[in-house]
Amino acid sequence: MAAPRDYEDIPGTYVYDAERGRVGYHLNMFCMSLNDPENRKAFKANEAQYLDRFPLTAEQKDAVLKRDWLGMLKVGGNIYYTIKIAFCDGLTFQDVAGMMCGMPKEEYGKMMLGGGRIPTPENQSKGKK
Amino acid sequence: MARIVGGIACSHVPAIGAALDKGTSTNPYWTPYFNGTVPAREWLAKLKPDVAILIYNDHANALSLEMIPTFLLGTAAHFPVADEGFGPRPVPPVYGHPKLAWHLVENLILDEFDMTIANEMPVDHGLTVPLSVTCGQVKQWPFKVIPLCVNVIQYPPPTGVRCFKLGQAIRRAVEDFPEDLRVVVYGTGGMSHQLQGERAGFVNQEFDTMFLDGIVDDPEKLTRISHTQYMRESGSEGIEMVMWLAMRGALGPKVREAYRFYHVPTSNTASGLLCMETPA
Repeated sequence: MAAPRDYEDIPGTYVYDAERGRVGYHLNMFCMSLNDPENRKAFKANEAQYLDRFPLTAEQKDAVLKRDWLGMLKVGGNIYYTIKIAFCDGLTFQDVAGMMCGMPKEEYGKMMLGGGRIPTPENQSKGKK
Repeated sequence: MARIVGGIACSHVPAIGAALDKGTSTNPYWTPYFNGTVPAREWLAKLKPDVAILIYNDHANALSLEMIPTFLLGTAAHFPVADEGFGPRPVPPVYGHPKLAWHLVENLILDEFDMTIANEMPVDHGLTVPLSVTCGQVKQWPFKVIPLCVNVIQYPPPTGVRCFKLGQAIRRAVEDFPEDLRVVVYGTGGMSHQLQGERAGFVNQEFDTMFLDGIVDDPEKLTRISHTQYMRESGSEGIEMVMWLAMRGALGPKVREAYRFYHVPTSNTASGLLCMETPA
């Protein structure tokens, strides 16, 4: 039995499943390496060179160098891992969340203070667009 | 005989720990949240547990994608606090209860729950934030802690019904332990939140209220929530709430709700805190 992927219908959501795990493993393990302070230093000193230590695709490297947070998810990034790059940059989880949904920091913060992104039929199912 | 005396459901948002550690917990953003946690601390202090079985998930700290155990139980006497990329949280070391932990491992595996065994493991905010919320800023944690780590990072996590049954097996195993111990069980994570994608910031208060009610009175109903339903209705990371079902399974059929608190936002997340007592 193939696992159902009925969650692909949820808008703006990248479930880290077998499909993404298969392509994202090395990208996420690069992120994991940033838990080590020495590695953080080496990454900051020369990002492209540091990335060459990992068998990443050109797209994955590009997304990391451009800090394209949404793009990283699309090429197999797992948010619990890619967030480690953000921590290395001195950003917070909320900063990155705002960037992924294309909202200025203040606007995103205000939305959260107002109770978060409120459920609507459209943001729960692509079929409802 | 050991006995489960209570259960706690508690979100483990890292920003809650950071607010305590950086001394910003009394600023206007955090005051409403931390004020709401005080009754839970008072309740837990009166309950005087000897041991906590704390069900949580690691966030790419002790574990990575290299090996992904679905259920992992910590049997160590001491669990160091993990460096999550910006130094370890300044909280007391976590001491385990190896004798009860090994008893759990043996009983759970023979009861058909194939636990992974961790003899050495650092613990991250998933475990230490609920301790901070419910014990405060203390010099040492007032009880021993047995970490039970659940994979919710790589899809699919274990189902809600599987987690609930694990909780029931934990209860059987605890009641079979010959020493007199008062045990509490934590289920952590949640409530509704989404940390990724264009839908980041998703919060569903209606779902959370339904879930809080159900955890107390009708957990079997909640075990029928599918993974897709969690992700759709409570945000992609809301799926962590399967860990609440593991805790609830360990409390037995009837519980008394001692305290409930719900607050939005804690960073990107809706936070829930629920204290339950089991009848003697």
